[in-house]
Amino acid sequence: MSQFILHKENTRGHANHGWLDAHHSFSFANYYNPERMHFGVLRVLNDDSIDGGMGFGSHPHDNMEIITIPLAGAIAHKDSMGNSAVIKNGEIQVMSAGTGVSHSEFNANADEQLNLLQIWLFPNKKNVTPRYDQQTLDVAARHNNFQQILSPNADDAGVWIHQDAWFSLGKFDEGFETAYKIKKAGNGVYAFVISGEVTINGQVLSKRDGLGVWDTDSISFKANTADAEVLLMDVPMELN
Amino acid sequence: MQTTILYIGRDTEITAVMNRLLNARPEWKGLCVCKNEEAISICKEQHIDLVLLGNGIDQESESELKNKLLALRPGLKIIQHYGGGSGLLYGEIMSAL
Repeated sequence: MSQFILHKENTRGHANHGWLDAHHSFSFANYYNPERMHFGVLRVLNDDSIDGGMGFGSHPHDNMEIITIPLAGAIAHKDSMGNSAVIKNGEIQVMSAGTGVSHSEFNANADEQLNLLQIWLFPNKKNVTPRYDQQTLDVAARHNNFQQILSPNADDAGVWIHQDAWFSLGKFDEGFETAYKIKKAGNGVYAFVISGEVTINGQVLSKRDGLGVWDTDSISFKANTADAEVLLMDVPMELN
Repeated sequence: MQTTILYIGRDTEITAVMNRLLNARPEWKGLCVCKNEEAISICKEQHIDLVLLGNGIDQESESELKNKLLALRPGLKIIQHYGGGSGLLYGEIMSAL
């Protein structure tokens, strides 16, 4: 029998720093909720809104798979591996922090708000060599389809990470129904609604709600509104 | 009363950041080192409430370090610190304590 946990939008942690308005689906920084520590290896899901020209100065990371998905605007990224890039809506960035890397992230535009999802997964191997990648996604391919944007395999669709995880993005017409098959036994799926309203396994979800489902091999999905957009994170439920 | 937290990680830059973060909170006292020998020496000299294992410590070195620390302080809480910064630190410490 499948199990689930529902995280409504207004139950997320919230920190407004003026230039940064952050919502945390799981405990992060000064937001601590012992019941919201992680969903399997999914440890961080931050929904950040950053003012024009503002951002995070150089700071280090280690032993974490960090995925950034801009929802609006663009991020200017620089890191200690020599990468300097701008990542915009329709693209995905991944960084394996491994033994340690420093980076900065700023809103690339002075006059436009940046909204991004930053997602951290525990890696399946500690102390890997740090790596960086970004990809432009074919946004049209996610119309009424869960488009794979991340996997554990370098030769599969999307970016790859050091974890048995698969991410998919879909944008759906009202009334569209489908099912999502979990990629690996022992994985669960955390669904995050970017926009619109959907029903997953009988649970009605609105914008920025999250639903984690596990002990099942698939989930049912229906879009209740036009332009319903959802991110699925298919992740191991056991910490490595 | 302060909670004394010993951090061990191989990257000097991250170790310096962890030292700043841990000592920024009045309720915590952070002792941050890069080498196992330094950690063991500190543990011999003073009470430690929690050990955070940071980046770059290979499996063999981690096992050896844990064994030596636990021999000095049976029951000492030793956890992995992930992320190398402030994002997870508070939650990790609160959960461990």
